[in-house]
Amino acid sequence: MATIKVNCVGETCPIPLVETRKALRNAQKGDVVEVTGTHPASKKEIPMAVKAMGLELLGIEDEGEKWTIKIRK
Amino acid sequence: MADKLTIVVHSGDMDKIYSAMIIATGALAMGMEASLFFTFWGLMRLKKGGLEKGPLSKMHMLGLGKWMVGRRMKKANVASLDRLFKDFKELGGKIIACDMTMDIMGIKPDDLRQDLITDCGAVGSFLQEARESKVTLFI
Repeated sequence: MATIKVNCVGETCPIPLVETRKALRNAQKGDVVEVTGTHPASKKEIPMAVKAMGLELLGIEDEGEKWTIKIRK
Repeated sequence: MADKLTIVVHSGDMDKIYSAMIIATGALAMGMEASLFFTFWGLMRLKKGGLEKGPLSKMHMLGLGKWMVGRRMKKANVASLDRLFKDFKELGGKIIACDMTMDIMGIKPDDLRQDLITDCGAVGSFLQEARESKVTLFI
């Protein structure tokens, strides 16, 4: 099981969402995708997309303005 | 009904093309399917070299407004249309070019970005997509 890191720091709508989706599409089942970003709306919306696609949200971590969302495919 | 989005992209205005592309890539990112039907002024943007050529729908001011908005978009790190189209295609989005517009405007298939276009079609192609879409928009 691999961990795929996606860096979206400084990116704005809709890039964090799109890059997350791209990474998830390329991931194998069981892989973890770890997205880091600073766009506030994406922090709410990526979990919505994860739920809609029936994937597992492992957690959200904050570090100042930065957030990291972990998803298992 | 499928979790699908279909947009008629009628406008060629830069800001409206942005709206269409952000919604469309967003839909794919949220796990939906997406189809875009490019017609009239929208189709002009699919001509080779035409992607960024559209005016601003309001306050264009002979290009000054567009330049100002463009500068602000760059500052806010907004993705280019080129990138949004690339992402749209990579995530499996479909682009249909209206062939009646091609006839009216005298556009030949060779004039268009064939790398972006999935298919050419008329109103039936749009409706076939729309009838199975939960979300349909006209931009």
